[in-house]
Amino acid sequence: MVTRWEHFRHEADIGVRGFGATREAAFEQAALALTAVLTNPAEVAPRMPVRITCNAPEDALLFCDWLNALIYETATRHMLFGRFEVRIVDGRLEATAWGEPVDIGRHRPAVEIKGATYTELDVRRLADGGWLAQCVVDV
Amino acid sequence: MNLDRFERCGEFEWHLPAHGPMRVPVVIFASRALMQAMDAKVLEQACNVAALPGIVQASYAMPDAHWGYGFPIGGVAAFDPGEGVVSAGGVGFDISCGVRTLLTGLRREDIQRVQARLADTLFARIPAGVGSTGELHLSAKEMDAMLQGGARWAVERGYGSEADLVRIEECGCMHGADPRAVSEQARRRQRDEMGTLGSGNHYLELQHVAEVFEPAVAAAYGIAAGNVVVSIHCGSRGLGHQIGIEFLKEMVIAARDAGIVLPDRELACAPLASALGKRYLGAMRAAINCALANRQILTHLTRAAFREVLPEARLPLLYDVSHNTCKEETHEVDGLRRRLFVHRKGATRAFGPGHPELPAEFRAAGQPVLIGGSMGTSSYILAGLANGMERAFGSACHGAGRAMSRHEATRRWQGRAVVDELAGRGILIRSPSLRGVAEEAPLAYKDVSSVVDAADAAGLARKVARLEPLVCIKG
Repeated sequence: MVTRWEHFRHEADIGVRGFGATREAAFEQAALALTAVLTNPAEVAPRMPVRITCNAPEDALLFCDWLNALIYETATRHMLFGRFEVRIVDGRLEATAWGEPVDIGRHRPAVEIKGATYTELDVRRLADGGWLAQCVVDV
Repeated sequence: MNLDRFERCGEFEWHLPAHGPMRVPVVIFASRALMQAMDAKVLEQACNVAALPGIVQASYAMPDAHWGYGFPIGGVAAFDPGEGVVSAGGVGFDISCGVRTLLTGLRREDIQRVQARLADTLFARIPAGVGSTGELHLSAKEMDAMLQGGARWAVERGYGSEADLVRIEECGCMHGADPRAVSEQARRRQRDEMGTLGSGNHYLELQHVAEVFEPAVAAAYGIAAGNVVVSIHCGSRGLGHQIGIEFLKEMVIAARDAGIVLPDRELACAPLASALGKRYLGAMRAAINCALANRQILTHLTRAAFREVLPEARLPLLYDVSHNTCKEETHEVDGLRRRLFVHRKGATRAFGPGHPELPAEFRAAGQPVLIGGSMGTSSYILAGLANGMERAFGSACHGAGRAMSRHEATRRWQGRAVVDELAGRGILIRSPSLRGVAEEAPLAYKDVSSVVDAADAAGLARKVARLEPLVCIKG
């Protein structure tokens, strides 16, 4: 299982997808895909940590909550995030996202993200033992 | 989309009779070419909507329908207050996203000598793009007043005049808003975003009237060929997005706990008569007011920018429409007048002549229906029709709809090249993000003219005027 992220096609918006050896790693990769909707994640300096906690009764809803928490922190702190560490125990996600304030000149952010949706929402173990986490985000 | 399953009723109306769990038929208004190009997901989603409890008459899709979230974008569905439901997905994340158009009293030749200066002044005055913030930061008390009062709240604080309010749906103030149903997170997300344009497909455009199809109606609206107008497209900003996110999750979990299996999680809904349904309606109406207040503040900023460059210009409001809403309205169904909750997801209200909710000066002409194009292409002004009220509860299309993904657009076009090409055609683009410009390239959208032609031919609304852009401020 290669740890990676990608975007997938949606007619009006953008799909974000993460792959990882664990569910947590897939969530972290999908978060990088989320940042890549706005800017190149490699250009975001992981200087400031922000703690994030979510609860949901199933993995898929927890994944959507995780992305929506990042969208909320991005919007209210005017920050971009480039590094993530996720832990999940019994439906509770505890994470740290590292980033920096948006620098319009340097990051040239393309578009705001309104929210992570339940469209194409999927969190599952793949045949090779790795994990996939994905959904469409509304921009 | 495969058209074999449809019954064709005239050239621009396609019916799929109810079958399986569907309670009503699906009706799509479109030309054959638009139908063939339409994503098959539109029909799947329209059929899912047709199966929701309490739906009345039909599940409708407009000519610009495309794959949405639960409901198709371009979807219209009305529900009975007793048996029906309200759906957070059926309204969407950008609650009350809409368009307003301002008249300027100027002609194209008045603008040409100051076009670049006006573009720069508007770009400097209008906060646009990711991370942009407004100058207005509301206290908790003022936030409550804004959520209750909408554009009326903004006018009372000096952002515009009373004359603006009659030119806005609901006279600028959506009744039944409940600020207590709006979470702290949603309020916090709005804290820095009052009077901001946003990004993506949101814009402020200076346009000229390139063509008039109905001179008498155009005159009633105050427009004529060669006139310059300003159109603003944006919504309820972070507050509306957060309300959409929170209630969608709550409705999904409520359905799961009630043992209801949804064909698509985004279809999550709550009975209109339930506590959750009522709380959502209260929060959604507050978000409608937020969108109306936001567009009113942007109008004020636009007027200030004009005053700097063209002090003699006055910018009265032509009209303001919202295209992501659920509103309680009276409609005639099978000869009976009924109160219904009408969801319009990516669809514009298009009330016909004589409707009591229209301002007196538009009552003979019908409601102005403002249809935005993509950057660099035409926009349209249509008028609601009397028989449109029977067709889809007084609704019409809302825009072009994307033809390709954002990723594909950035693969095909460079932002700088798009800006230069449009400048060569006399259209000035101002944006903080060249990647954003590439994602919004004109050819990334469907042809808005074919959508509008279909809406006109289907009898949803009639074409009044075509607008072409002169300046576009993109987020």
